[in-house]
Amino acid sequence: MEIRVDVKKRFGNFDMDAEFSVAGERIGVFGESGSGKSTLVGLLAGLHEPDRGEIVLDGDCLFSSGGRINVSAERRHIAIVFQQPSLFPHLSVRSNLLYGYKRRDVEHRSVGFEALVDALRLEGLLARGVNNLSGGEKQRVALGRAVLASPRLLLMDEPLSALGDGIKFQIIPFLRGVSERFGIPFLFISHSLVEMQMMADKVLVVAGGRITEQTTTDALARARMGSSPIGYINLLRLASARRIDGLFAYKWGREELLISAGSDEPEGIFELSSKDIILFKRHPEAISARNLLKCTVANTFPAGNRIGTELVCGDEKLVAEMTNQAATELEMKEGCEIFAAIKASAFRRLD
Amino acid sequence: MLALTPADYDAVGLSIKVALTAMAVSLPFGIAFAYLLAFRDFKGKVLFEVAVNLPLTLPPVVIGYLLLRLLGKHGWLGPLLEAAGIRIIFTWKAAVIASAVVGFPLLVRSIRIGMESIDRQLIQASRTLGAPWYDTLATVILPLSLHGIMAGSSLMFARSLGEFGATIIVAGNIPGVTQTIPLAIYEYAGSPTSEEMAMSLCVVSVAISLVALFLHEALGKKLARRN
Repeated sequence: MEIRVDVKKRFGNFDMDAEFSVAGERIGVFGESGSGKSTLVGLLAGLHEPDRGEIVLDGDCLFSSGGRINVSAERRHIAIVFQQPSLFPHLSVRSNLLYGYKRRDVEHRSVGFEALVDALRLEGLLARGVNNLSGGEKQRVALGRAVLASPRLLLMDEPLSALGDGIKFQIIPFLRGVSERFGIPFLFISHSLVEMQMMADKVLVVAGGRITEQTTTDALARARMGSSPIGYINLLRLASARRIDGLFAYKWGREELLISAGSDEPEGIFELSSKDIILFKRHPEAISARNLLKCTVANTFPAGNRIGTELVCGDEKLVAEMTNQAATELEMKEGCEIFAAIKASAFRRLD
Repeated sequence: MLALTPADYDAVGLSIKVALTAMAVSLPFGIAFAYLLAFRDFKGKVLFEVAVNLPLTLPPVVIGYLLLRLLGKHGWLGPLLEAAGIRIIFTWKAAVIASAVVGFPLLVRSIRIGMESIDRQLIQASRTLGAPWYDTLATVILPLSLHGIMAGSSLMFARSLGEFGATIIVAGNIPGVTQTIPLAIYEYAGSPTSEEMAMSLCVVSVAISLVALFLHEALGKKLARRN
């Protein structure tokens, strides 16, 4: 998917002036509340008409003020998953799911109903009304409804922000599956850097109605780790849980991590802040942290008034941070060996 | 016991017929006007809104007089109607038109409130899922504004049942032809010996209104349960 946008739109006192060109399957749009993210969604989907400019999706012009082109919302085939599920309350789950499917030309239907129902685990919900579903179920139905319309592009406008943490991270694999399983490219809109890291490869940063930066999610997370109170969030997919002395042991590449917030679920996604990793130049004799990893410094980089470092631990990577003075004392250089200590309680389970 | 003459039964039947017809004829226009006011921006919208609501503030007699000037034999449309062989003034159709015009703002207002109470994101979702505006209207807006449509229809039905001023001017007060319940009561009220018959028609009027209100409530509850 490739989208080229150069639009201007005035809403009262707010000026949207967005110019970007991006290609990819999983694009993030990152910005604070009120920065213009949702306005951009409306302009792309054809819900608002730009005052002037141009929107081109995969070579097809959707809007051009100069060319007097304005493809209507229903003919753009750009579906939206909103922050609120916005399911049709008078229709059953099945009818909601089929709403866009029935309106898509048969030859353009790229997603089968059964496959979708299976992928989103909606079998038991089909005959139910939508008002009795949980928040997570509603959002899965909303996602399924949008995907079944076989859109050329799916806009996910803060689809997780109305959900609690536990449900939120259960939904993320479904959201990611949209591009992985059904080949539908998406723009994921959020103000959460962690969500962005989990969902997108490239990111457009929006501020004051303008695209101020275009980068990768990892580069964005690293650039902001110095100023962020939570640092850089390492996302770890861990497997093969087993219990050891009241803790849970998970496989992480060739390493094994001891985690207190584990569960008997065999797999899990955990977050680990760069601030919770303590580095040692030499092997410490005895420490209270239950995880001590022998790593290699892949690189170091400035992160505000601190230094960030990417470590290679076995087959996996970790980002840690330290003060300038600590970096000097540890003699951090590319290729040098270092020991990373992590407390078992530093990991937070996301799913 | 109710003391109703054959003419009174005619008046009751005609009242219901006029009210139902006015409601049925106005409904498509009411929905269209409410949709325009609720969802569309266009030049002169304020003026349009004022025009739709004007019958609410005008005395019914004024409306009746204007309709007479419009539809009468020597009115603005009179020659056209006569050429087409259509006679409206002093027929039950005139009573329908008078009721429709007087009750129309109530109908539009209720439907519009119903439409405006719909979450806009549902409409946006429908459009981005491939539904043109008329499809969205049929499959999302109308089903979700049914309570507004019902409320408006009930109000209009009730207003039509009580319509007097405009009706007497354009339809006259001809027993068995254009005489509705209010017109019959008006006639009885002028005669000191007809008190019992006037009261009987009042009772019938109250009974019809009660049935209409109960039906409205029951349907409203059914809709609320469904949604």
